[in-house]
Amino acid sequence: MTDAIQQSKAIEGKGRATGFSLAAYLKNSGERWMNILSPFALLLIWEIAARLGYIDTRFFPAPSKIFETMWTLILSGELFIHLKASMYRLFWGFMWGGIPALLLGISMGLSRTLRVIVEPIVSATYPIPKSAILPLILLIFGLGEASKIVMVAVGLFYPILINTVAGVLEIPKIHFDVAQNFGAKKLNVFRTVALPGAMPLIMTGVKLGVGLGLILISLAEMIGAKSGLGYMMWNAWEILSVETMYVGLIVIAFLGVIFNLILNELERMLVPWKTNR
Amino acid sequence: MTTLAPNAGGAPADSAASPDIKIRLRNLSKIFETKKGPFVAIDSLTFDIPKGCFFMIVGPSGCGKTTLLRILAGLENHTHGTMEITPPGDNRPSNSMIFQGDSLFPWMTVWDNAAYGLVMRNKSRGEINDIVGHYLQRTGLSKFKDYYPHQLSGGMRQRVSISRAFATDPDILLMDEPFSALDEQNKLLLQEELLRIWDETKKTVMFITHSVDEAVTLGDRIMVMTAHPGRDKATIDVPFERPRKVLELRARPEYGEFVYNIWKYLREEVDRARALDEGSAS
Repeated sequence: MTDAIQQSKAIEGKGRATGFSLAAYLKNSGERWMNILSPFALLLIWEIAARLGYIDTRFFPAPSKIFETMWTLILSGELFIHLKASMYRLFWGFMWGGIPALLLGISMGLSRTLRVIVEPIVSATYPIPKSAILPLILLIFGLGEASKIVMVAVGLFYPILINTVAGVLEIPKIHFDVAQNFGAKKLNVFRTVALPGAMPLIMTGVKLGVGLGLILISLAEMIGAKSGLGYMMWNAWEILSVETMYVGLIVIAFLGVIFNLILNELERMLVPWKTNR
Repeated sequence: MTTLAPNAGGAPADSAASPDIKIRLRNLSKIFETKKGPFVAIDSLTFDIPKGCFFMIVGPSGCGKTTLLRILAGLENHTHGTMEITPPGDNRPSNSMIFQGDSLFPWMTVWDNAAYGLVMRNKSRGEINDIVGHYLQRTGLSKFKDYYPHQLSGGMRQRVSISRAFATDPDILLMDEPFSALDEQNKLLLQEELLRIWDETKKTVMFITHSVDEAVTLGDRIMVMTAHPGRDKATIDVPFERPRKVLELRARPEYGEFVYNIWKYLREEVDRARALDEGSAS
């Protein structure tokens, strides 16, 4: 009898777990329209203010002008070239920074000795602003692709490493006992306990890292590149094309939103036991 | 009148290396080095557990029972004495442990949790499907195989633990107060389920509990341990025949008498444990 009740509870729980959707949430809240309309309202006020001359259009061009420029840049293919260049660097920066951080982080979480050795180095280098090492990276890696990729990789490395170590340390000891008792070898402990157990915090680290990556790639491209969104904005400043600068800002903001959506979805897939609780 | 035979299994002769003995401890001790000096968790335990015996250990909390089980599971080392465990002779694992509290991996489904030991032993997919399917069915969890532990009740979670341990077909089952966190109804159901599954396999079991009722209901032999440091206070054979039905067994007058007699041993130790606690607190 009690079991039947528990089983029905369990089913309810599952329904709740899979039934969540953003649309339903917004619909229920009744604040849905305000939510969608407020940015448009702001754009509208901006447009009117620009046309009536209440704001200086040399600094704040009308939104219609910005979107016109954006459309031109899309049609000429210029925007796509810069977007592609930035995405390429972000991707390889993520690979070269994120994967070593993940592997080192899990190893550090599992090995006290490794932690004792590496932790002081991390603590000493972490507070250095990543933007401050850009000149050094340009010096070492030159003006080509490598310096930009390294810049992103270095920025991503720390938040992912630090969160991964914390994630492994947070796993209750009993799970490691279980793995050992059921004959899991080192690699299997890594794969079946440490990695999935640390995944919630790893995802937090990845989200922080990607945000930081966007900042650093814009910065690196402004100083030492001939392509990319950062270069496009810097170049726009030099030729006084204010609209193009705004287009760059909009595209970067848009990328941030898209990455966040993708990472949230990835988190739902990788951490199904935590995100829906 | 049920006869009590204290130390029925205690202090056996060292020479008889009978093949029917699964676990053989001689003067086994565990001393932890702490900042306040050595702390004796287990003091000179000597006993044999025959093959197929359902061996219960009862004792007040803090008497080192969990430490003893962890030593047998190979999760911790003993500091003195000897421990011999007869290997299974084939490729099966020597032991599997059912832990106290939540030991399921929260990131794995019921199915993956139950299959864990088999996957770690590189069993074939077909074999895993058969065995895990069997135990999930035996424990009534077939419908919940794709659920995650947090979607299950405590009783269901402990059933998954039991399935996981039985699935690897271990030579010895080590159980560390597996039902202590459950409510009375669930405890009873799970005890019955455990007895039913055990009757099919007749594995050697070492089961730790603080409940005398549970010890008498499930066990063939009960060792009462002393409060800190853990010593063998008395070892008593349980006279009730198998297969047992939990409720019917508990309704018998001899059952009550037997439980009462064991309580008398334990009572002294519980009182002593409390006196020790109060002494150290003041």
